[in-house]
Amino acid sequence: MADFETPEIKEYPVIPRLKPDVMSHSKPFVAKEQFQEPLGFPGELVDNWQDKAIEKMGELQGKYRSLQVFLDICVKCGACTDKCHYYLGTTDPKNMPVARQDLFRQVYRRYFTFAGKFFGKLGMPGFVGARELDKEVLDDWYSYFHQCSQCRRCSVYCPYGIDTAEISMAAREVLDAVGVGQKYCNEIIGKVFKIGNNLGLPEPALADTLEGLEEEVKDDTGIDVKYPLDVKGAEVLLVTPSADFFAEPHVDGLIGYGKVFHEAGISWTVSSYASEAANFGMFIGSYENMRRVSMRIREAALELGVKRIIFGECGHAWRVAYSFLNTLAGPFDFLDPRYPVPQHICEFTYDLIQKGALKFDKSANDHRVMTYHDSCNVARASRMGPMPGGQFKIPREIIKATCNHFYDMPADTIHEGTYCCGGGGGLLTDDLMELRVKGAMPRMQALKHVVDNYGVTHMAAICAICKSQFSKVMPYYGFTMDQIVSVHQLVSDAIVMTNNEV
Amino acid sequence: MAIEVNGKSYEVDEEGYLANLNEWEPAIAEVMAKEDDCELTDSHWEVINFLREYYEEYQIAPAVRVLTKAIGKKLGPDKGNSKYLYELFPYGPAKQACKYAGLPKPTGCV
Repeated sequence: MADFETPEIKEYPVIPRLKPDVMSHSKPFVAKEQFQEPLGFPGELVDNWQDKAIEKMGELQGKYRSLQVFLDICVKCGACTDKCHYYLGTTDPKNMPVARQDLFRQVYRRYFTFAGKFFGKLGMPGFVGARELDKEVLDDWYSYFHQCSQCRRCSVYCPYGIDTAEISMAAREVLDAVGVGQKYCNEIIGKVFKIGNNLGLPEPALADTLEGLEEEVKDDTGIDVKYPLDVKGAEVLLVTPSADFFAEPHVDGLIGYGKVFHEAGISWTVSSYASEAANFGMFIGSYENMRRVSMRIREAALELGVKRIIFGECGHAWRVAYSFLNTLAGPFDFLDPRYPVPQHICEFTYDLIQKGALKFDKSANDHRVMTYHDSCNVARASRMGPMPGGQFKIPREIIKATCNHFYDMPADTIHEGTYCCGGGGGLLTDDLMELRVKGAMPRMQALKHVVDNYGVTHMAAICAICKSQFSKVMPYYGFTMDQIVSVHQLVSDAIVMTNNEV
Repeated sequence: MAIEVNGKSYEVDEEGYLANLNEWEPAIAEVMAKEDDCELTDSHWEVINFLREYYEEYQIAPAVRVLTKAIGKKLGPDKGNSKYLYELFPYGPAKQACKYAGLPKPTGCV
């Protein structure tokens, strides 16, 4: 099945020996013209691509001061080198965060610093760590900036807080600007513009799917729980990843949200126009595309006349929602100011638990011994609830309220030190399977630790990408695909339903 | 890229999915399955045919619960689950079965 070796899980984490260029072959499919054009990018590598790329770099450095600072201030201390899951899993030195940054930084030095220009003209740019932008460099960018899931773990350990994710986003934006886009991300963004979600689920299919869920919950519980679509005047607009409609274990989380809304007696709806929480515009570093995707949520909220917007379990969507939505698509002065704009489904459920509004039979989850995977964009790029660290506490409190058995993974692999699932940042595609499997190694190692020591049987997450990635890669490490679950699946299984009419 | 079926050439994308849905014929599924060392049985065909019918109506492959429910109704409740579907299509029912059925690959966080 696979033409690569799954990394071995050792007894203790070890920093692997370097194997230069061992992942230089890893490249996702390049987007064809049909996927580039709807996003406003050239269909293929443009003729004067060097000039274009350098011009774009200059533009981005002017627009994002952080980028300029990150390119200037690295002192090569090495603190980040062993912090990237892709380096630990692949052993390729270019997957060390500083080396990845330097692929971009060397070009920055050549064209934007005095030393680089001076020695560049003398034909010896390497003397000051600068390099000409040639095709080899461009190919390296395409390969290694698609081996970064923009998880920001390295930035936690950098004494200067240099964020490789931002450099990686900038590099991808330059690549798009010269016509070398990534098929997976760009095809998907086009589908959001055309149909409303990443999957390309049109309204009738969405309606049919939600109706099926209503029947399923009725069969299971005997209660009429609604999964409403395009209902004008609903209190809450739920914006959730389209994987929640389509895939397992995601759909069990969606079933859980519906049960919580039902028990809370709060009317809600999904919008077919904004039927996607994910925003891949962020992955490709494109502000314009990120804004276009976000605007759909604003338009849907206005059209449906809702009072609140709640986001479902999606990691990077929550970063966009929590950190950027107001400036991308605000102001949201038409929503009820008594609630956070927007709110996370976990905040919503946790709040109800605090108020004693939900009843649980925890024994329903007694066949599970749980652990929790912090998704990177929730952990390191956002917050949740009114207290610092709420993004770590709230999901765990929900699990503890619904399950009797919970154990955390080792401390340096959770909270702000969490390891990426290996498939984030626009890399959740079959053409990067080797990278995904290898990049999952540190998380799998931490999971194995709690499986061996505490008998953990399941890991919960609140991100559609994490869930899909784990169900795919866990079998490579001797686990089974159903050991990853949605947090709201645990809620769904333990909640005691009453006959509330909404 | 293209695949050869009964002496005729069909265009496919980088991942082997049929470029033009309308060109599909059962022999294409057989050839694709053979490449994956998979022998198509009646059980596989039940799924492939359902996918095509659903796509015809909704322009998208069915969500996993829609699919398991439909298969459960047709073949009995013991088969209406994703475990059964993964036994038939080990690369994942959504992707592998869609490919054989000539449908586009489901995209997104799936």
